[in-house]
Amino acid sequence: MNKRWVLIPLALFLVLAAFLAVGLNRDPHEVPSPLVGKPAPLFVLPRLDAEPGAQAASFGPKDMAGKVWLLNVWASWCVSCRQEHPVLVDFAKSGVAPLIGLDYKDQRADAKGWLAQFGNPYTLSVVDADGRVGIDYGVYGVPETYVIDKAGTIRFKQIGPVTPEVLQAKILPLIKELQQ
Amino acid sequence: MRRLAPMLAALLLAAAASASRAADAPPLAEDPVVEQRLITIAEEVRCLVCQNESLAGSRADLAEDLRREIRKLIKEGKTDKEVMDFLVSRYGDFVRYRPPVKPTTWLLWGGPFVLLVAGVAGLVLFVRRRRTAAVVALTPEEQREADALLGEGKS
Repeated sequence: MNKRWVLIPLALFLVLAAFLAVGLNRDPHEVPSPLVGKPAPLFVLPRLDAEPGAQAASFGPKDMAGKVWLLNVWASWCVSCRQEHPVLVDFAKSGVAPLIGLDYKDQRADAKGWLAQFGNPYTLSVVDADGRVGIDYGVYGVPETYVIDKAGTIRFKQIGPVTPEVLQAKILPLIKELQQ
Repeated sequence: MRRLAPMLAALLLAAAASASRAADAPPLAEDPVVEQRLITIAEEVRCLVCQNESLAGSRADLAEDLRREIRKLIKEGKTDKEVMDFLVSRYGDFVRYRPPVKPTTWLLWGGPFVLLVAGVAGLVLFVRRRRTAAVVALTPEEQREADALLGEGKS
């Protein structure tokens, strides 16, 4: 009779420990995006490589209809972007899917210099100077990467740098699946 | 009365001085009504860059952009709920300091009350059991022993 009561605090402690073990091992900066499974927000933005005012100087998700593509949010001021950059360069070389850059709250000259210095993995980049499109995509930390399917639906979001592990384990299999 | 007059005059002067200073203060924003609503909403929203700060208090770049965006929505005549939906549809329920009540958050909202009920039930059971245990009658031998001890105390 008494022994049973002694076990209750122990059981409570184990439950608490289990909750803490799960909760404390999570990264609070990885907030699940409500946008996964939703249509990618539309935008039309000027291209980074185009001269201001030139013809065909803008780009939007509609231009990618029927293709599986990646949208990578980057900026020349972003430190983690340098860390992920070689991974993106390798990805671009493999030619698996088009990679579009969203140059987030950046100066054109800085962005161009950055690409010249580190190499340009992007099929093309667009300029989101005031971060308005970033808000529509729920961007809160650069870099972020979205996998968008043929119908224009966001299927995956990577918050923070794309690592070789994430690319191999999640992004590449997903692209292969979506391209069929 | 003679002492009171200068004191009153001093008070009036002080009041006048503070009133004139108040009039000199620059307006906080072009539209105080919009600004007040912005603050009310922003205090309910988490800044995702520095997660323990509200959107109203944060000086992060993104927070400034979002405040600008909320201000625009308010000026467009959107209700508070529409503004909140705008934020939640982009950043998820996590931006709200007060999560909505829905199946995945039932445990969060109901958990403390379930624990309270369980605790009270446990307490009631415990107290009842003790009460019934106390009513158990003594055997004649125990009664004699008890009398002896109590009698000792008295003498």
